Amino acid sequence: MSDIKNIRDQFVSKLKNELSLDEINSIKTELFGKNGQISSLFKTVGSIPESDRKKFAADLNKIKDELQSLILEKIKEIETKEINQKLEKERVDITLPGRPFVRGKIHPVSQTIDEISSIFSEIGFSVEEGPDVENEFNNFTALNTPDNHPARDMHDTFYLDENKEVLLRTHTSPVQIRTMLKDKPPFKIIAPGRTYRSDSDQTHAPMFHQVEGLHIDKNINMGHLKGCLNYFIKEFFEVEKIKMRFRPSHFPFTEPSAEVDIGYEIKDGKIVIGEGDQWLEILGCGMVHPNVLKNVKVDPAKYQGYAFGIGIDRLAMLKYGINDLRAFFDCDYRWLNHFGFDPLDVPTNYRGLSR
Amino acid sequence: MKITFDWLKDHLSVSDKEEKLFEKLTDIGLEVESVENLSEGLDLFKIAKILKTEKHPNADRLKVCDVDVGEKEIKKVVCGAPNAREGLITVYAPPGAIIPKNKTKLVIAKIRDVTSYGMLCSESELNLSEESDGITELSSSKYNKSIGKSFFTQSSSNLIDLSITPNRPDCLGVRGIARDLAASGFGKLKQIKEQKIKSKKSQTIKVKITNEKKQGCFSFGSCLVTNVKNTESPKWLKDKLISIGQKPISAIVDITNYVMIDINRPLHAYDADKIEKGIIVRNSKSGEEFTALDNKNYKLEDDMCVISDDKGVLGLGGIIGGIRSGTEMGTQNVLIESAYFDPRSIRRTAKRLNIDTDAKFRFERGIDQLSIEEGLNKAAFLIKEICGGEISKIDIQKISTFKNQIIKFDPNSFEKFTGFKILTKDMLKILDNLGFTCKKDKKVFKLTIPSWRPDITQEIDVVEELVRIVGYDKIKIEEPIKERKKSTLTQTQKLFHFLQRSVASKGYLEAITWSFTDAKYNDHFKGQNDELKIVNPISSELGVLRNSIFSNLIMYMSKNIDRGFKDLSIFEIGPTFFGKQPGEQNIVVGGLAAGKKSRLSWLEKERNIDVFDIKKDVVQTLVEAGYDSEKFFIDDETPDYYHPGKSGRLFLNRGKESVAAYFGEIHPNIIKKIDMKTESLVGFEIFLDNLKLPKKSLKDQKTKYSVSDYQKSERDFAFIVDKKINVQDLVNVISNVDKSLISNIKVFDVYEGDNIPQNKKSIAISVTIQSQEKTLKDADLEEINKLIIETVENKTGAKIRS
Repeated sequence: MSDIKNIRDQFVSKLKNELSLDEINSIKTELFGKNGQISSLFKTVGSIPESDRKKFAADLNKIKDELQSLILEKIKEIETKEINQKLEKERVDITLPGRPFVRGKIHPVSQTIDEISSIFSEIGFSVEEGPDVENEFNNFTALNTPDNHPARDMHDTFYLDENKEVLLRTHTSPVQIRTMLKDKPPFKIIAPGRTYRSDSDQTHAPMFHQVEGLHIDKNINMGHLKGCLNYFIKEFFEVEKIKMRFRPSHFPFTEPSAEVDIGYEIKDGKIVIGEGDQWLEILGCGMVHPNVLKNVKVDPAKYQGYAFGIGIDRLAMLKYGINDLRAFFDCDYRWLNHFGFDPLDVPTNYRGLSR
Repeated sequence: MKITFDWLKDHLSVSDKEEKLFEKLTDIGLEVESVENLSEGLDLFKIAKILKTEKHPNADRLKVCDVDVGEKEIKKVVCGAPNAREGLITVYAPPGAIIPKNKTKLVIAKIRDVTSYGMLCSESELNLSEESDGITELSSSKYNKSIGKSFFTQSSSNLIDLSITPNRPDCLGVRGIARDLAASGFGKLKQIKEQKIKSKKSQTIKVKITNEKKQGCFSFGSCLVTNVKNTESPKWLKDKLISIGQKPISAIVDITNYVMIDINRPLHAYDADKIEKGIIVRNSKSGEEFTALDNKNYKLEDDMCVISDDKGVLGLGGIIGGIRSGTEMGTQNVLIESAYFDPRSIRRTAKRLNIDTDAKFRFERGIDQLSIEEGLNKAAFLIKEICGGEISKIDIQKISTFKNQIIKFDPNSFEKFTGFKILTKDMLKILDNLGFTCKKDKKVFKLTIPSWRPDITQEIDVVEELVRIVGYDKIKIEEPIKERKKSTLTQTQKLFHFLQRSVASKGYLEAITWSFTDAKYNDHFKGQNDELKIVNPISSELGVLRNSIFSNLIMYMSKNIDRGFKDLSIFEIGPTFFGKQPGEQNIVVGGLAAGKKSRLSWLEKERNIDVFDIKKDVVQTLVEAGYDSEKFFIDDETPDYYHPGKSGRLFLNRGKESVAAYFGEIHPNIIKKIDMKTESLVGFEIFLDNLKLPKKSLKDQKTKYSVSDYQKSERDFAFIVDKKINVQDLVNVISNVDKSLISNIKVFDVYEGDNIPQNKKSIAISVTIQSQEKTLKDADLEEINKLIIETVENKTGAKIRS
């Protein structure tokens, strides 16, 4: 017994020292190797007198377990230390820049179109499109603007042929014509897109964007038109209240026609929509002229409704505080970066139009 | 249309304030564009007398004048006018006054070392006439006692500029505006008794309207005023014209302008003595010429409506008169014309000749056909009053007779279109005030349309009149119902939005550029397409429709690089054009990326952005959009604006139906020609219209889910192949060996050079083998291994590298 105890004490104290992995391994061999001290003792178990054998074996096992667990513990301790040392050596300056990323952006006009589509989607409008090059019929004649109509002067038209039969559409209204010729009523569409007029200064660009709206059904009246636009403007500018004014105007393709102004004021050099007593014109609208309905073979005795046209660029300018229309199409990297939107910022109804 | 409240009051009894007027005008559709106070500061201009003039010590042509401006102090004013002389009564403007003509503000100034306190003004500087040769001369008998008084009579009336819509010619006259206002409850329309000509003298100049096809003149009224003395207009008339920003010219001209503005009745005054025999209103013949009052010579085409005499064309009816028969100060006999010209004819002629005049503007919108006599009466009496003379009888020639239109109006239609009701009684009152005559016919009204309202032709027009006068604010808001019966976007539109955001998410800034472009840039990219010229471009740099998305994009890329940016990616999604007919356009997503990857990085080696960067963007975008990259087929046939050896054409499948995309380096020649300073420029085009919409919706694709949990093993192969063999073909051969077992193929090395024969290359490929049904045994793997090597060797002539 004392042998066993001696061995134990001797090794327990040895294992208390600072040891390398090699040293521990040699201790392990010394104890449990083929001729190790503990292994040797186990070999003697058979020669121990029967009366003591049981106790001897039990003691020996106990000490074996104790020493083994001590060794394991020691190994773990050293390994941890070594790993820690290794990791310490690998330390980097974490303030160094990470791998560069580039951020793409969505143009404010595209973002605004998505916002508009999202708002009108809620009240059942679907999106239609038409070509940029139009014929004279769809752009003017079908819209109750015959060749001799002075309203044509309000559209400085780009022509593609000398006979003035093909042109770049001056508004998105020809999409109304295309849609109504193609399908049967009721119609409830919006048509965003590029439009062109031969005009260029600070507030006019030869190309700009419009969204057309058209709702034709039985019994659609000016009250619905007002409701629809009131809803749209409130949602678009993300304000609770909006001051809106319908003003009589004239478009050959609507009757009665209106222009819509919204209230605004300038606060700290910034335009605030919905308050104040200044008026800003933002769109034209009206009840679709019976002549237009006749031109597209819709019976004006049965169907009626409204149409509107909104300048998208202008809406974007107002909402996002952009001053210069020309900059939209100038493609300046800095401008696109500043006014652009993250592609993940998809305007939706459940998470809101904008952050 | 410019008016003043004062002028309106000639036709309107009203006690309301001007602010109320502005509001009301806008409310009834006569939008107030601007309000300008013209008379502001005009009280500073004083009637003054020159007491003494001395030669300027330092300038021969200048004089230093002592001027009495009615104050204690005599003002010293430097003046260059030859007519500045002692005793002259003229108009003095003190420092601080703003000169009406050029809007400059006077300051105390030293002129060649002599200080001048203010200025003596010419008539031209005061906008009184064109006279600019000397300072204004006022008659001493009339003004002697007014020294020091304001020269301009103080008028508080602002200049109101209205934007009159093209359907409202009647509101191009002050009376028409007054009528609208009165109908809406703003004041009462004054009844003005028309003074009628009761002359016994006949109009001796014979007028004839030829009755021919396309005759643009329907009726021609005239009146001759003989023995007149044309003169300066009296002050009331001058003031009236000045108050709306017009310049008085001479009594006769001013009178015709006054009548035109007052009741929208354009007139023309001829010097009757210059008319050779009679007047013939006829169609022009191609080649005829005349010099108009704007001093331009016009060459006429066939069938333009001209007023002519024996000698030829006098003027273009309803558009512009000619110099030959114009009135002058010495004119003794005046023929006044008051006619009706067809709006279409006017418009056609004016467009052809590119003339824009006040008369043309009015006639093309439609003049009151029954106002011919009223115009002649008004003008003739005014001429007689101001210039003396004798008035002849009115002569009216016509080829058609005007009849007022009558339409039926169902009062119920008002509510049907506006959504609210008004009393029939109120409807009748409004219509009556607007000049309609109403007759009840059972449940509908028979309305006689006033002759000055050519815009009203059907029921809906009457609804507009009513709701406009009642007020759009009375229309009730009908809240929209939140209900969607049809999906908002089509599949194609969804794809558009997806591609747009997908490309942007790869670091590209979205640009929107013109649909037209500079032919110079477009030439590089137009390929086989025709150049699509715009007939009337805004400038030659925007003269053609773009055939390619790159035409503008590359120019803007170049501009941005000039701004000092080096590494940038931009893209645009929009139309490109291949023909001039509607629909001959494609939607293209095009991107350009320039410069380097990881420039000046502490982490990575710098390298130019290259074709495989852009290929990644294209492939990833298409995969994200739902297309299977396993099926993509790529070859190197690309348009000539790409680098011939570093560009690719991508098809969604081997069928090569239509090109889904091009990508590659932009041809170095183009970069050189447009002088772009960049290390590298790569680009891509994805053709939205060529992308077949995925047959299965996302919903259907998701339901089919199967994965294998059996062990997979990877085997590496290195083949030596001919250089001209495409990796794509090699991969294809391998994948076709056993589609059920080969789940992935990856190329991990391409090597040419040492140890490899010339014209050969080594391609190292890792193949993942996995079964959906069982764990593969070594023998199975060996077998597929062998099969891969054999097949590749047989089909491509490759040799496995040992």
